[in-house]
Amino acid sequence: MEWDWNFVREIFPTLVDGVKITILATLLGSVLAAIVGLGIALARRSPNRLLSRTVGFLAEFIRGTPLLVQLYFIFFVLPDIGILLSPLVAGVIGLGLHYGTYTAEVYRAGIENVPRGQWEAAKACNLNSTQTWTRIILPQALPPMIPALANYFIAMFKETPLLSAITVLELMNQAKSVANSSYRYIEPITLVGAFFLVISLFSVILLRWLEARYGRIER
Amino acid sequence: MPAPIIKIDSISKSFGSFKVLDGLSMEVMPGEKLALIGPSGSGKTTILRILMTLELIDDGHIQIDGEQLYHVERNGQLLPADERHLTRMRQKIGMVFQLFNLFPHKCVLDNVTLAPMLTKGMPRAAAEKRAMELLDMVGMADKAKAMPAQLSGGQKQRVAIARALALSPKIMLFDEVTSALDPELVEEVLNVMRKLADETDMTMLLVTHEMGFAHDFADRILFFDRGRIVEEGKPDDIFRHPKQERTQTFLKKIIAAGHRV
Repeated sequence: MEWDWNFVREIFPTLVDGVKITILATLLGSVLAAIVGLGIALARRSPNRLLSRTVGFLAEFIRGTPLLVQLYFIFFVLPDIGILLSPLVAGVIGLGLHYGTYTAEVYRAGIENVPRGQWEAAKACNLNSTQTWTRIILPQALPPMIPALANYFIAMFKETPLLSAITVLELMNQAKSVANSSYRYIEPITLVGAFFLVISLFSVILLRWLEARYGRIER
Repeated sequence: MPAPIIKIDSISKSFGSFKVLDGLSMEVMPGEKLALIGPSGSGKTTILRILMTLELIDDGHIQIDGEQLYHVERNGQLLPADERHLTRMRQKIGMVFQLFNLFPHKCVLDNVTLAPMLTKGMPRAAAEKRAMELLDMVGMADKAKAMPAQLSGGQKQRVAIARALALSPKIMLFDEVTSALDPELVEEVLNVMRKLADETDMTMLLVTHEMGFAHDFADRILFFDRGRIVEEGKPDDIFRHPKQERTQTFLKKIIAAGHRV
């Protein structure tokens, strides 16, 4: 088996199309995971037992089952009850929900790290609960958790090849299709690895910067 | 004779199986400066926290400024108060904490303007003008743009006092406000409180281990032990001629520990 640079040149544009979808899915999935995670974290702190227990159970359930199974469920099973989603939308929802259960733990830790005195000072300043959350607690809780959140988003990025299972035309799927039609695997699959490696390395540099910038808050 | 501004009627409070307050009753007159002293665990801090609604009571009633704090009257019945009632009642009360609890992500000025702008809808310009007056009074006007992390403990506490004053409370609670300070920073905070006592007619409740300051500052001293008021009276009577044995023992220990009276 020989490395064929001409073949590389030929398939490169197709793979770049795939990379774009991979990055898009990661970005949208990250946004969704950040929102879902915050929602889960807040719901689990709710004094309403029914809400906190239900959300807690659902989160455990999602975290305890494989992402691939969830993707199949969203894309292939939901249509049976009339919910028909495009592959990318289904994939983003799957990634967002799955990683949302992990980011929820990051939020939980971040919120618990805000000293109790801050809640008490907010109360003594007569702030209501919404003002306390948006003006006092979250502005202190969020910056230190940015590196941990970014870590999960990088992990999510590396799991996007799973989306090929539900026909999202991301990088892995594009590579598979050119490989299947040309019967050459070495170039496309090596390139997939190279793309992931390069983007991951850049992400890690960004992560280090985020850690330096937001890792701790001065008191 | 005017009505008391704080009327505590046989309140009880337990933490788990530990009964901190046991049927405590007391009254505070408007403008009165009250010092609560006693060994740790005697319930004095808990009283301040209950008045600020940071801890709820298990039993009893509290009236602030003629209104129930934890209850609302409906058809002649006293029902537990909802959050809206508590929010309204909290406007009358300000608190300064042992550990300052400044908002670390906001500059000194924003720490002071935040509550008036959010809770009273005060425009920024007016809130800042008032905040600068208060910061000037506590000697912190030149640090208005500093972040809390850049301040010494004494400076933080003076900002915390300005923040509590910004809502113009009728009652101010000071919970061991100098206990976390280095000894050389204690005086600057006490000076601000003396000034406050001289220049305003606010009702002030002070929990402290600074007996000398309590003596000079307070109109009345309450000595607490095990959730009860053991002895109360004018500072001179309590400190020079304590009647109860427990008060005598406590003061002896405090003096032996190097606190001046």
